[in-house]
Amino acid sequence: MKFDFSNDHIDTGIATLSSHFLWASALVLTLAMMSFALDLAGAPYRAARLEARRSATTQTQATADGDVLVDTAVATDVAPEKRPWGGRGITLSWLGTLLLIVAVVTRTIAVGRPPLGNMYEFSMVGCMFAMVFFLAWSLKSDIRWLGVFITGPIVLFEMLAAVIYYTAASSLMPSLQSYWLSIHVTVATLSVALSTLAFSLTLAYFVQNWRDERGEAGRERLKWMDALPSAASLDRTTYGVLIVAFPMWTFTLIAGAIWAQEAWGHYWNWDPKEVWTLVIWVVYAAYLHARATAGWSGKKAAYIALAGFVAILINYGIVNVYFVGQHSYSGL
Amino acid sequence: MSSTITQPRLGPLGTARWFWRQLTSMRTALFLLLLLAVAAIPGSIIPQTGIDAGRVAMYKTNHPSLAPWLDRLGFFNVFVSPWFAAIYILLIISLIGCVIPRIRIHLRTLRAPVPRTPKNLSRLPAYVERSVDEPADVVLDRARQVLKRKRYRVREDAAVEGRARSIAAEAGRMRETGNLIFHSCLIWVVLAVAAGHLWGWRGDAIVPVGTPLVNGQYDTLNAGPLVDTSKFSPWLLRLNSLDVSFEDKVAPTSPQYGQPRHFTAYTTVQDGNGKPQRKVISVNHSLSIGGNSVYLLGNGYAPMITVRDAKGDVLYQQETPFLSQDNNYKSTGAVKVSSLPSSQQMGFFGFFLPTAAFSDTLGPVSTFPAPKDPALVLGMYVGNLFPGNEPQSVYTLDTSAMKQVQGTGAQSKQPLRLMLKPGQTVKLPGGRGSITFNSVQRWAGLSTRHDPGKLPALYGALLGLIGLIMSMTLRRRRVFVKVTADPQDPARSLVSVGGLAKGEDPRLEVAIDGLALAVAGDDSTHVQLRTQAGART
Repeated sequence: MKFDFSNDHIDTGIATLSSHFLWASALVLTLAMMSFALDLAGAPYRAARLEARRSATTQTQATADGDVLVDTAVATDVAPEKRPWGGRGITLSWLGTLLLIVAVVTRTIAVGRPPLGNMYEFSMVGCMFAMVFFLAWSLKSDIRWLGVFITGPIVLFEMLAAVIYYTAASSLMPSLQSYWLSIHVTVATLSVALSTLAFSLTLAYFVQNWRDERGEAGRERLKWMDALPSAASLDRTTYGVLIVAFPMWTFTLIAGAIWAQEAWGHYWNWDPKEVWTLVIWVVYAAYLHARATAGWSGKKAAYIALAGFVAILINYGIVNVYFVGQHSYSGL
Repeated sequence: MSSTITQPRLGPLGTARWFWRQLTSMRTALFLLLLLAVAAIPGSIIPQTGIDAGRVAMYKTNHPSLAPWLDRLGFFNVFVSPWFAAIYILLIISLIGCVIPRIRIHLRTLRAPVPRTPKNLSRLPAYVERSVDEPADVVLDRARQVLKRKRYRVREDAAVEGRARSIAAEAGRMRETGNLIFHSCLIWVVLAVAAGHLWGWRGDAIVPVGTPLVNGQYDTLNAGPLVDTSKFSPWLLRLNSLDVSFEDKVAPTSPQYGQPRHFTAYTTVQDGNGKPQRKVISVNHSLSIGGNSVYLLGNGYAPMITVRDAKGDVLYQQETPFLSQDNNYKSTGAVKVSSLPSSQQMGFFGFFLPTAAFSDTLGPVSTFPAPKDPALVLGMYVGNLFPGNEPQSVYTLDTSAMKQVQGTGAQSKQPLRLMLKPGQTVKLPGGRGSITFNSVQRWAGLSTRHDPGKLPALYGALLGLIGLIMSMTLRRRRVFVKVTADPQDPARSLVSVGGLAKGEDPRLEVAIDGLALAVAGDDSTHVQLRTQAGART
């Protein structure tokens, strides 16, 4: 398929089909989120049952072997229970993501160009990237615990796109008619998708950390959080995701500057969107420096990561719509 | 206990050194980074003079009590204000002060040999032992190959009687190299941007279709302090036609209705004494000529207007550019008939409407940006157009020395309102002649840019990105492999692999495990594994 950025031919029928697929995806991912939530809710009971079965096995073994104390290696042989709701959550996530991909592909066919021309379109594409990251990661490691923290925000963004950001399929305004649209906006959307992932991890980190700080009493609260990794591990994973997102955001900034030079005659115009892109970059740079600074790692660094995501939300939800500038193509 | 603590006194040099240490510390850099982020925000919320002076003026009228304070504190010029400059200049100094010593240290590291294998590998953060069914020499050879294949720098000391043979290896020194490239490139980009400000210029002109633009003759010229404005390259551009289209294939209620779709300028250019060439300029496709770039940044309407005196002699005839005020190109402009005695000069001020309509509340409006039903709506003034001979905008009238002409007949109590469609002529009251709206023409807003800093900035940014990726993906690790022959069976040997990383490295253990597996050979069956993870953490 050849992209024509100045395409004038819009197929409204296929565009309607696309929005139906988006709704279907939101519905299926809502079910996925509920399955993941049920899976997490069951975690304390699973742990208790595992403990019970473990001691039962140990006892029978101990009786059978007479006075020989059975070592722990035998106890670990007790297989963990199957997690049917976790499995259903993953299956539904695949289905919801597939529907979302179909929504993006049909929208692309409807407008005859990459679907990155307004907020509705890049919300959709951003959600798709975040889900694809999540599912690709889930093939490598067991991250069923993360499911609810990913599908939750994704359903929210999908609904936001479908209800508030919805824009009828249309041609692009002249300044957007450039191949830089696919390069600059795609990488920006990928980076935002990763930052969303990191944001979910940071939130989980704060809860886990809050429980740790309260010691024994804290561990009794929100027992289902035991199904999640430790605070230190969540912190490390957040860092791992952000060191991928940061170079991507740097690239977004550079590609945006090249495009601005082509479209507006100068690579940097202090347009509100440019300012906020720089603010986000600077805040995440501060996060990376904080982790390398004694006394700033852990919770303080996590606060900076949180501030970075708040800046992304402002850049996306407020600057696009309410601030006057050259990036005014929310389509609203 | 005494409450006073005697501290060593810092001399001026010591104080300076202390200040320098503070400035170049990571903590200060972190603080300055966050401060820079916060300081940039007002510039995105409050209108900026450098971006849109018109909006600043409007903001000042709407906020009469707040605006003077914002003005005094530089909030209308955030990005050139002293306090914003102070933050980024401190940040750059802090960066330089941090990067230079690190470059010195890193150059030394690059020349330094790989350190010897320590005696006790099991004390390292990651450690694995394996027994292999092969003699020590074979295993050692394989270890060397594996490490080289994984691009480790290898050090092997001559075998010493009574000591196990070992290989010391190091990888990932390029991590710090990348990090230093990234930070040096940041400094380079800032210098390139500064060079662009000093030696760069931009000239903006409104060019009606059919008229030429000569390089150097601009409506407004913003030149850097080191630009020699007498040395513009001699090129000329003529605007032959301007092709503009707006969305009209959707329902008028759609937000897309009337959105711009294509802006294309067809030009003929001549560089110096070269041959005239036809060139197309559109949004996203600038024109390069004589070392400058010409961009199509705006467009609008320039109605052809003729003013004649009572005898029918032409007093004024030209394409008069009107500036658009909204997305439907409701435009304002002025006609200045200055070829008359100063007390009798005539001025017309008002609107050009590409698709005219009248609203009860807003008066004359335009409902679509393309000229579907164009009209001129003008008021008339008589008097001195240029009191005090001060420079003034061509798009507005200075009416301080003029009187507004009143209507005739039934409208004599109201100011005169002239309403013209293309081709129409209207007689002016008081025997002052007539005004004709001949035709609708377009103008192109062309902007010529010269920025010698842009390519250095681009190359710096791209190299910096490569450095950043290097510093994010590479891991600095040291690995030591020790191979001891089994004293009972010379055909068997014991491999121990230990590793340590600089900084955070969650995958160190996995890497060391993998390395040990590769050194032992994939077919090794009787393996014995002992990992001492985090022995020192």
